[in-house]
Amino acid sequence: MYSRAYKTLISIPPLLWVCLFLLLPYALMFAHSFWLVRDGFLVHQWNLHNYRALFNNPLYFQVFLRTARIAASVTLCSLLLGYPLAYYLSFHAGPRKELLYQLVIVPLWVSYLVRGYAWKTILGSDGVLNGFLQYLHITHEPVSFFLYSPFAVVLMLTHIYTPFVFLPIYASLEHIPRPLLEASQDLGADRRATFLRIILPLSLPGLLAGATFAFVLSLGDFLAPLLVGGPSATMIASIVQSLFGAAYDWPLGAAISVCILLITVSLLFTTERLEKRWAFK
Amino acid sequence: MTSGNSHQRAPILTVYAALVFAFIYLPITVLIVYSFNRDGVGGFPPRHFTLDWYRQLFSDSAIWESVVNSLIVAAASVALSLTLGLFAALALDRASFPGKAHFRRLVLLPLILPGIITGLSLLMFAVFAGMQLSLLTVFLGHGTALISVATTELFAGLQKLDRAQEEASLDLGATPWQTFWRVTLPNLKLSLIAAGLLIFTLSMDEIAVTFFLIGRDNTLPLEIWGRLRRGITPEINAISTLIFAVSVALIVIWYRLRARTIGTQAQELLERP
Repeated sequence: MYSRAYKTLISIPPLLWVCLFLLLPYALMFAHSFWLVRDGFLVHQWNLHNYRALFNNPLYFQVFLRTARIAASVTLCSLLLGYPLAYYLSFHAGPRKELLYQLVIVPLWVSYLVRGYAWKTILGSDGVLNGFLQYLHITHEPVSFFLYSPFAVVLMLTHIYTPFVFLPIYASLEHIPRPLLEASQDLGADRRATFLRIILPLSLPGLLAGATFAFVLSLGDFLAPLLVGGPSATMIASIVQSLFGAAYDWPLGAAISVCILLITVSLLFTTERLEKRWAFK
Repeated sequence: MTSGNSHQRAPILTVYAALVFAFIYLPITVLIVYSFNRDGVGGFPPRHFTLDWYRQLFSDSAIWESVVNSLIVAAASVALSLTLGLFAALALDRASFPGKAHFRRLVLLPLILPGIITGLSLLMFAVFAGMQLSLLTVFLGHGTALISVATTELFAGLQKLDRAQEEASLDLGATPWQTFWRVTLPNLKLSLIAAGLLIFTLSMDEIAVTFFLIGRDNTLPLEIWGRLRRGITPEINAISTLIFAVSVALIVIWYRLRARTIGTQAQELLERP
């Protein structure tokens, strides 16, 4: 139905733009990871120096591990909060369902920075939480370990990604045909069995999609550690950020970024496959 | 357990859901309450109501300069990413070319990858191209990264479009150009407005990509970020409250237009064979 000229005309501008301003920058990142810095200058000499440094220095591995641990905690906590919430909305909220759904979505689009800042004011040693605890005479001196710890990072990121995790789970719960549940009940299954054998398996694709979002986005976060994490919660992306700033070693930073990118893309690829396999047909 | 429409009572689950809601809304509530607290952030309970922090905010010229910068960047980004996103969505919907599947994935990458990777890549590109970091580089970054959002929204809109109308227009002698302006675009109006609002909000808010592309002039989030390093002041609560209010207003408008969400749409688009 559409002419050749029309098809060419709509394809060329986005293709050119995306190649120039997206593909080329990503390619440059790859290229940088094989270059090096000598005496404060970037040398365009192809080598594996950065990757070797990355694998030989246990410090990077430790930070990678810590980052994975934090991201996994965030994922788990968001699932523990998001799944029951989605379940409640889908099966028990009744006529308030639509309103409650919108209430979960609203914070999704409220500034990342605003939410991070809010946690900073709550957790700080002269913050709201400490004021509250002293007001109730639970503690008598400010507790300083709330802020600037991996705990604070996990808390902040869980707060940010719970709605993210909620969304796909809710969508998959809503797609479960209700007669299936009635059939399960009629055939003598109790609530537990119905949940474990019908609802949970059918919501796995949504659960997986949500978990992947939370994990991947936490994995590459550098703002939360800077804002509420402190030195004990340095994450891999904060190292990249410092390598591009004060430490000035772009090639090494690029090499770490490439690792983050590869992990992210392979995770997305794997879960995409799994979601397809588990999808309800 | 449950059947289609009726909802049964599940007290523990209800309480749990209420607690999750409380967790989601607690920080924002605290933030807003303390923006009116005379004694500043912290301490409990907040005692004396005041509007001083808002007064201080309104006379803070650095903040308002950064707001203007953010508005300019956001408006320009909306224009750029909507235009290119429209073309990209049309191409994905109607054209076939080698590497189409890869093109789709590439466009969506900034939506899925951590912001730092897109930000750094664009920084390297800017240096490579010999560009001075400024609001222009920030705009290029936002505009390019947010093509992903525009494409997702507009592609979903195109999929729901009735092709017969365009066919009829072409059959009745309209040129493809006329058909585009008089049939396709008007039919996409809602998706265009929804995508525009969303891109505007996301651009106003963006920090991870902006962080690496910013020059001398700050955007609002970067201005706030800079102040946070110097310590907490209730003025930031006040501006955050205003940001929150504006976001909610935009979201309400967006919701009126569109009930579905970008996350699931991106997922669907990604998973198309």
